[in-house]
Amino acid sequence: MNMKKGLTLGLSIVMAATLLVGCGGGKTEEKKPAATGKKLAGSVKIDGSSTVFPISEAMAEEFRKINPDVKVTVGESGTTGGMKKFVPGEIDIADASRPIKKEEVEGVKKRGDDVIEIPIAYDGLSVVIHKDNTWAGTMTVAELKKLWEPTSTVKKWSEIRAGWPDQPIKLYGPGTASGTFEYFTEVIVGKSKSSRADFTASEDDNVLVKGVAGDKNALGYFGYVYYLHNKEKMKVVSIDTGKGAVTPSEQTIKDGTYKPLSRPIFIYVSKKSLERPEVKEFVTFYLKNASKLIPQVGYVPYAESHYQEMLKKVQ
Amino acid sequence: MLAHSREHKIYQWRKLKDTLFKGLFFTAIVISLAALAALLGGILMKGLPYLTLDFLSSYPSRFAAKAGIKSALAGTFAFIMITGPTAFVVGVLTAVYLEEYAKKNWLTNLLQLNIANLAGVPSIVYGMLGMVIFVRGLGLGRSVLAGALTMTLLILPVIVVATQEAIKAVPVALRHASYALGATTTQTVFRVVLPVAMPGILTGTILAVSRALGETAPLITIGALTYVAFLPTGPMSEFTVLPIQIFNWVSRPQAAFQDIAAAGIIVLLSIMLLLNGAAIYLRNKYRKPVE
Repeated sequence: MNMKKGLTLGLSIVMAATLLVGCGGGKTEEKKPAATGKKLAGSVKIDGSSTVFPISEAMAEEFRKINPDVKVTVGESGTTGGMKKFVPGEIDIADASRPIKKEEVEGVKKRGDDVIEIPIAYDGLSVVIHKDNTWAGTMTVAELKKLWEPTSTVKKWSEIRAGWPDQPIKLYGPGTASGTFEYFTEVIVGKSKSSRADFTASEDDNVLVKGVAGDKNALGYFGYVYYLHNKEKMKVVSIDTGKGAVTPSEQTIKDGTYKPLSRPIFIYVSKKSLERPEVKEFVTFYLKNASKLIPQVGYVPYAESHYQEMLKKVQ
Repeated sequence: MLAHSREHKIYQWRKLKDTLFKGLFFTAIVISLAALAALLGGILMKGLPYLTLDFLSSYPSRFAAKAGIKSALAGTFAFIMITGPTAFVVGVLTAVYLEEYAKKNWLTNLLQLNIANLAGVPSIVYGMLGMVIFVRGLGLGRSVLAGALTMTLLILPVIVVATQEAIKAVPVALRHASYALGATTTQTVFRVVLPVAMPGILTGTILAVSRALGETAPLITIGALTYVAFLPTGPMSEFTVLPIQIFNWVSRPQAAFQDIAAAGIIVLLSIMLLLNGAAIYLRNKYRKPVE
């Protein structure tokens, strides 16, 4: 019996010691920023959509060159995953590929904070086909709806439009947890997250790229940037809303003629976090460099005047 | 004469069966080795040209040519430094308790059964557990410590089971000798049983730690980050690890990121190989003949 007690005691001591050592390290770390004095220090925490990730990463990378002591971190746990951390105030900025939801705003307000919405860039969802596909260069929204709606029974190209080959059609699309999936179903099918289920789904867009590139009868959709970097491997479908077919390009996405698959992507900033100088400086930097850095990572920026207006919003 | 020839036939048939099975086993190993060779060959060809000193000492970047794994590598090391010792101490002591002190009753059996089951729980479940207990519950945030403790839970069952097996393999005569000299249970455990069982325990621990090294899912669940451009300064520091960085690069649209992902995989594989090599070395070093 004594032995057992001894062992338990020993075990607790070891564990307590481990924890103590752990905490000790943490404390010294926290003191550092204060010691550096006037220079801008502290941390800016960003998390959310993997679609917006490359933009925030580019900003963090450039910001670090000017303010090496500010620790900017970017995660990619998805728009909803990021919101779950943004609402209780665990992070300062949420990356989002869809507008914030009402209940999420309420959650933020409940803890005495507020949200600043900044549409940061456009993403044009691209519908793509195999490069040897000679027939489906243009599709109407109605045809896409017929193909993708949950009740769809379309199995062959000829069932979409008379005259198209009597060949099976293979579908590729993003996973159901992605913001891209939510947006596509909303504007094409008419209801968010409502889609036929018999398609090859992947959270990794490169899997979709490979699928479409290697299958003559494939049709898939994903963010414009993935088409941009794989142009030689596939064809993009021009979308016809009844006013003529429009092909996604930087120009058509920016001027809004590429409809309805062009969507804004956002960052959401906590008003309370914005009171901290390092967060304010970072958001200002973000907006001032948006026009320059956003095209570098494959997205389409807003006009410069939009960012100027947003700058006023955060001052 | 007739009987002799029949016997001969049976003998030949058995011989043939033997050869057939040998062929089957050989094919099996060739298939798995060929798959491994193809995988390694592809990755080495793709990644080796990008494996430079700059790659090891640069922070992540939006340009593949400038991106590196400095923070991911440091994060992986920091995280293993906490996971390894914690999992080893808690795991070995648990096993010692179960093997040497616990009464053999239904409760112990239940514990035993659950530990074996825990070893098979999908890693993402541990991620959720870690999120609730360490990140939110104990308020550790998304720190190296929270990640390391989550991973400790994940590999504990493996270490406990490996240690128990190693302890069971210690010849009973050694314990008897120790008791005969008047040693207490604790003295016997620490001076006789554990030293003899150590090679097995170390092998189990190192293999478990190299599993933790390659896990991504639980860390993503607890909210480990992807872009981190500083080195961890302590257990409460935020961090990223190699598998997360590789995962991010693989899913990028630019083809150049696939190449540096391959370079990252080479680094991760080398660390694992190093750890496994250490396991073999330690096993051989401490394996003293027991008579």
